Amino acid sequence: MLLKTFAKGGIHPPEHKISSGKEIEKLPVPETVTIPVSQHIGAPSKVLVKRGDSVKTGQLIAESTGFVSANTHSSVTGTVVKIDSVTDTSGYRRPAVVVKTEDDQWVDGVDLSPELKKDFELNKDKIIQKILGAGIVGLGGATFPSHVKLSVPKGKKAEYLILNGVECEPYLTADHSLMLEKGEEILTGARILMKALEVDKCIIGIENNKPDAIAHLSNLSAGDDHISIQALKVKYPQGGEKQLVKALLDRSVPSGGLPIDVGVVVFNVGSVFAVYEAVQKNKPLIERVVTVTGKSVSKPSNLRVRIGTPVSALIDAAGGLPEDTGKVVSGGPMMGKALNSLDTPVMKGSSGLLIIPEKESRRDAVRACIRCTKCVSVCPMGLEPYLLMTEVQKEKYEMAEQDRVMDCIECGSCSYICPSNRPLLDYIRLGKVTVGKIIRSRK
Amino acid sequence: MSNVIIYTIISLSSLGILAAVVLYFIARKFYVYEDPRIDQVEEALPAANCGGCGFAGCRNFAEALVKSEEFGDLYCPVGGNDVMSSVAGILGRDSVEKDPLVAVVRCNGTPTHRPKTNVYDGAQSCTIASNLYTGESGCPFGCLGYGECVDACDFDAIHMNAETGLPEVVDDKCTACGACVTACPRNIIELRKKNKKDRKIYVSCINEEKGAVARKNCDVACIGCNKCVKVCPYDAITLNNNLAYIDAEKCKLCRKCVPECPTDAILEINFPLKKNRPPAQEKGVKEPVTDN
Repeated sequence: MLLKTFAKGGIHPPEHKISSGKEIEKLPVPETVTIPVSQHIGAPSKVLVKRGDSVKTGQLIAESTGFVSANTHSSVTGTVVKIDSVTDTSGYRRPAVVVKTEDDQWVDGVDLSPELKKDFELNKDKIIQKILGAGIVGLGGATFPSHVKLSVPKGKKAEYLILNGVECEPYLTADHSLMLEKGEEILTGARILMKALEVDKCIIGIENNKPDAIAHLSNLSAGDDHISIQALKVKYPQGGEKQLVKALLDRSVPSGGLPIDVGVVVFNVGSVFAVYEAVQKNKPLIERVVTVTGKSVSKPSNLRVRIGTPVSALIDAAGGLPEDTGKVVSGGPMMGKALNSLDTPVMKGSSGLLIIPEKESRRDAVRACIRCTKCVSVCPMGLEPYLLMTEVQKEKYEMAEQDRVMDCIECGSCSYICPSNRPLLDYIRLGKVTVGKIIRSRK
Repeated sequence: MSNVIIYTIISLSSLGILAAVVLYFIARKFYVYEDPRIDQVEEALPAANCGGCGFAGCRNFAEALVKSEEFGDLYCPVGGNDVMSSVAGILGRDSVEKDPLVAVVRCNGTPTHRPKTNVYDGAQSCTIASNLYTGESGCPFGCLGYGECVDACDFDAIHMNAETGLPEVVDDKCTACGACVTACPRNIIELRKKNKKDRKIYVSCINEEKGAVARKNCDVACIGCNKCVKVCPYDAITLNNNLAYIDAEKCKLCRKCVPECPTDAILEINFPLKKNRPPAQEKGVKEPVTDN
């Protein structure tokens, strides 16, 4: 049988899934955590605590300030030491709550028992309320608030729920290990989301480099006609939601649109597990699975960590920082961002921590464009990266807008494939920021 | 045979005359009057076409000058008062006198003052690095040092100092056209009043973070301690967002604020040395305490 994949472009970087098959280990709660106040896309949250306050695990410490915004909860029990600006994974200093931890003590009403709870009676609105309250955002890395996705705009109807278990980034295995260990929970979460969206079809897309996860979830979902597991041909960036919708349903999301425009809502499996915990166990989003990996790492692992744990604690748990480290990247090698400090806290969107040795970390010298058009052939959005880069360099932003610079999903395929090492994505990102400003100023 | 030549000459000449007559009337009909003073004014302008006046080039500026009733904000920063008074002479108007300005780089974060905490190897562009993260040091306001201001300058008046990693303005060449001010993504460069002998006193920092945070990343950051504001006899210094700013119009260059500054963030340039001044490190400066 031919496996499905998306049509345009795509690349095949070496997979290096070193930490695959490693069990998820629970990282002990660190002495202090630094919880960034805003960990999502959208309006910044408002801080509710002040210095000297004592907080419990799961207590709301910053509330959402708009529709596209999210709550933030304390991930530990302890005292608020200060509210400071701290460099987070975005590379900029933003407000964060620093908590000195004591013995873990959860807020009331949280079910901490490990038993699986499959039945639920809540209606649609209650489910969305719970997800909103738990501060769940897209855990694949984009950190888009989940309750917004579930509130389908008027005039549009969701037909399919798609669970994203693709994990197309090289090295990362957090979603893979979660699917293996928490399969039932993910399926229950999927049923909850199907109820909230009023759909009866759910497809879980998994690349076929994870045969164990495909087999495991297929076994568990056997007998349920509404949920199907679909194996996909390995190709980067299949985890992009537009690419995944194209691969699974052969529907194209229009330029500037969202999957809901073609009747689809996409959730990362990690977010679905968080939805299960929020709805069935009343547990807010205060921890996540992070892959700590790299060729030089002595003990690559998948860790369940509290949000706000410093990155250095994760590296220590994975056998310490290797001597020849050149870069520590938050996220995967393709879309991740190098960190400028090891005190950076783990955030809701941190899917992995990749340690790159010095000799692999440097970019090679930039040479002239030789018009090979490799970047055009690999672009999954059908753009012309070499052209966009030139337009941005020459400040021809109107032309860049016409050439759909805003459609770029920043997957980095163009920069990866370029034989002249041209910083294509750097300039396209700059173009997106500037063109975005121009578009907003027109309104 | 000779007839053919004669007919040809006659017919072509008459065609030519006819065309000339038609063209003459058309040219009269569609004649556009152009003020001859525009050419004269353009002659008087420096022909740098730098855009410092806000117009696309010297010709556009000359048209605007001739059309305008008063000079008002129209000013050629490159030519300065001399050029503006000769333009005023051509147009028979009152000239506007403005103090000459000069570009000032408000960051003193040399590698010794502001150690690098990481290495950036992306596209060598200030705008891209500024969009990406705080920069190679921890300061999210300071100079990134990839020289976009140097590329923007048409007058060769700003250069990168390889040792300090900061741009330096050559005061004599700077025309205050403002190209570097727009080029800098962090708004570090400011146009300030040019004083006698190129003397300057300014706060060489634009960090708006709280004192402790700013100081952690850079020795010479303004920590917003308010000392200079208190000592200034002319009310020239204001403190906003943890950052002191010296108003060049009000400043009388008395230099009282300079020794007050605990972090040496206020620079005095081209002044004769004062004797017996202890350097900041010996003054027993305490780390500022911040409150949340």
